[in-house]
Amino acid sequence: MNAEWNGFTGGNWQKFIDVRDFIQKNYTPYEGDDSFLAGPTQNTTDLWAQVMELTKKEREAGGVLDMDTKVVSTLTSHGAGYLDKDKETIVGFQTDAPFKRGMNVYGGLRMAMKACEDNGYTVDPETVDFFSKHRKTHNEGVFDVYDAEIRTCRTNHIVTGLPDAYGRGRIIGDYRRVALYGTDRLIEDKLEQKESFGRIYTDEVIRGKEEISEQIKALKELTKMASFYGCDISKPAKNVQEAIQWTYFGYLGAVKEQNGAAMSLGRTSTFIDIYAERDLANGTFTEEQIQEFVDHFVMKLRCVKFARTPEYNQIFAGDPVWVTESLGGMGVDGRTLVSKTSFRFLNTLNNLGAAPEPNMTVLWAKGLPMGWKQFCAKMSIKSSSIQYENDDLMRPIHGDDYGIACCVSSMVIGKEMQFFGARANLAKCLLYAINGGVDECTGVQVGPKYRPVEGDGVLDFDDVMAKFDDMMDWLAKVYVSALNIIHYMHDKYAYERIQMALHDRDVKRYFATGVAGLSIVADSLSAIKYAKVTPVRNEQGIVVSYKTEGDFPKYGNNDDRVDDIATGIVTKFMDKIRAQHVYRNGVPTQSILTITSNVTYGKNTGDTPCGRKHGEPFAPGANPLHKRDTHGAVASLSSVAKIPFKDAQDGISNTFSIIPGALGKEDQVFAGDIEIDLSK
Amino acid sequence: MIGHIHSIETCGTVDGPGMRFVVFFKGCPMRCKYCHNPDTWDPRGGEDHTVEDLLEQYDSMKSFYANGGITATGGEPLMQIDFLIELFEAAKAKGIHTCLDTSGVIFHRDNPTLMEKFERLAKCTDLVMLDIKHIDPEEHQILCQQPNDNILDFAKYLDEKEIDIWIRHVIVEGITLNDEYLDQLGYFIGGLKHLKALDCLPYHSMGVVKYENLGMEYPLKGLKDLPKEQAIHARETILKAAKRRRQDDGLL
Repeated sequence: MNAEWNGFTGGNWQKFIDVRDFIQKNYTPYEGDDSFLAGPTQNTTDLWAQVMELTKKEREAGGVLDMDTKVVSTLTSHGAGYLDKDKETIVGFQTDAPFKRGMNVYGGLRMAMKACEDNGYTVDPETVDFFSKHRKTHNEGVFDVYDAEIRTCRTNHIVTGLPDAYGRGRIIGDYRRVALYGTDRLIEDKLEQKESFGRIYTDEVIRGKEEISEQIKALKELTKMASFYGCDISKPAKNVQEAIQWTYFGYLGAVKEQNGAAMSLGRTSTFIDIYAERDLANGTFTEEQIQEFVDHFVMKLRCVKFARTPEYNQIFAGDPVWVTESLGGMGVDGRTLVSKTSFRFLNTLNNLGAAPEPNMTVLWAKGLPMGWKQFCAKMSIKSSSIQYENDDLMRPIHGDDYGIACCVSSMVIGKEMQFFGARANLAKCLLYAINGGVDECTGVQVGPKYRPVEGDGVLDFDDVMAKFDDMMDWLAKVYVSALNIIHYMHDKYAYERIQMALHDRDVKRYFATGVAGLSIVADSLSAIKYAKVTPVRNEQGIVVSYKTEGDFPKYGNNDDRVDDIATGIVTKFMDKIRAQHVYRNGVPTQSILTITSNVTYGKNTGDTPCGRKHGEPFAPGANPLHKRDTHGAVASLSSVAKIPFKDAQDGISNTFSIIPGALGKEDQVFAGDIEIDLSK
Repeated sequence: MIGHIHSIETCGTVDGPGMRFVVFFKGCPMRCKYCHNPDTWDPRGGEDHTVEDLLEQYDSMKSFYANGGITATGGEPLMQIDFLIELFEAAKAKGIHTCLDTSGVIFHRDNPTLMEKFERLAKCTDLVMLDIKHIDPEEHQILCQQPNDNILDFAKYLDEKEIDIWIRHVIVEGITLNDEYLDQLGYFIGGLKHLKALDCLPYHSMGVVKYENLGMEYPLKGLKDLPKEQAIHARETILKAAKRRRQDDGLL
């Protein structure tokens, strides 16, 4: 056994790359409270003050402090960068200085140039020349193949946000592998994988072998990158500091090479905890030191930055990296996966203050220990920075070593990945059904010239539904076609080699699609069915508005009459997606998940039969339309909860704000345990 | 039987333990100056509901109420005591926790017909949140245009029936924010053996807009929201007196 593994319980993980097996055999579930936690060290406080100062300067400089305009960012493109070398226990920046943004060109040259120009920088002409003449990008590849129909769909906003000019993201490398095995062992494994294909050179085998060669190169370069910081990651990590550092190097490699729409971390805390427990037992480190390592790790994650355009920031409401770390959850054997280091991660919100990154995501389950539940609630109240997801729902599908990419996309770490696919506008699709494929805003024939709704009479539910069904068939086809092209080209020109090097050879690829406007479709169809909806046409005969008379059941009130319409549409569109040819044997999934782009959708979608006017925003994700849920929050949540997860496995979001006072009693004015108060 | 219901809140988190299905009954004979639901006074109007349809709604969302239950409030639920009994009996039969939020205003021991109903109600009620508006009889009359002797008697009745009691008391400057009254209240409730909680609600003016919408004059016009510290002070004063009572009764 490697000396680095002394004291660990052995198992399959020693013979194969199997981090979950290592965790299961070695971790210590923690069922206590937060009283053991340590505050920040002086070094932590000093370093964080430095970060805050840089943040201030960056804001004053208009959003970007410095950008590289010459050197394309790769694993080894930049030397070491530090805040204060003597104080940092976890090191590494994307470039040779903190807050200096790297340049990622492989996703698309034009986007990279624009990101520089919009921030007052100019890309070096030689670099532009090279990528114009000698090295094709993902974006160029996609547009070489797009057909006229796909382009028209994009410009008319029936398919939106496609990752055809920027990095798709949503792939989580198993960064823990770097710490547990070291890169030598990982390279050895990849060499074996490469040989395992056999000698029949199908397209698939050729691509597979080429990709693994790229992965091996990436692992070698990652080793070199770490050596700039004086670390030898070719061997396994020896203690908790190294375990965090090695894991971070894996992640750092990914964010140096990929400016992805979401660059998530995975599920690292309980893995790291195994090293922390060993070091505490051996007296190698104290609680204060271990907390300091975690604080410095999180500080680094908060400093990840990309060069992006104002338009991009507008779509995503800011400049998110989505460094999602999944915490807690339960194991399939019934033990909790909460460890002391799960607490230490949340404790960074105390030691460094609240922040949106990393996106701390608690995998919530009924069976979680009370001490953890209470600490989560306490930190939520204090920081408003914690996201919760339903572990009881996802564990049966993914087991107990999955993580969340971006905000809701679940995948088994190192074994599953996702092709991110933005979304299709179903509300607009319904309008296309009524107008025979003509866009209600632009008047352009976007969809197929199917028979539109004729005459000026009241809309007939069965007639509209049949037309909508046909139009969804068309939309599913054109949407999946665009995504097939995108992911083919992304694999070809902007392959995520370091992230994929930290995956198994044969990964399950989720082919993620999404829809927007579900509540509009549900309410509109309900209005057509239960009220009287009459179309209003413009001079060209295009239906541009609706006269809706009478009341109708509205989604968000726990009313099956309309909720069944909503769930039916979700299942139907998912089935239509499943019926398509999908790139690389992807497993199609669907999300109902707009969080930030609802205003844009509203601007680009005309009047709808539910009474919503052109320009009024969509409801986020699976939310009911604004002010249409009149029976309180639980009724609203119950409507959303009816949406079948199996047909929306990439996530269902319901954005929900509540004032603290509506969540329960203020304990200062409410004596809930009066016997205790009276016996004081 | 039909109940006249003002509205339903499916996510009640401040009207009893856990998350609750809260039914607001129509009709109330009290005219408390600080009432923030004047739209529930009139017994007419509202939605008609049956016990079956209310419990059907409850059942469709029951996973949310695992640690909660159903709360009847209003208005004054006791104004529709027959419907209330039917609702709570049916709820209890299903194992649902029942909570009544009331002022107790219609309680009178000398009315045998009514007392038969209260006997039935006591059997199907797990918790009563009793709003004692004012401990002083005269001040109570001024504040609510109703006496309070029967209300205080109702508290004793609940205690005899061994029903859990939460006391709610709104703290209003110039009305209830008075150490002498708070002490009296505390001494009274300290005598209730089944007292489980005390809720001191700082006065707020969020009801004003409802009065405007109803074209009514707001009786406490211009009165500012009570600072939280004052409510904390009130709580301490009441608890101190309650403790003294328990000591006097030999209970502590």
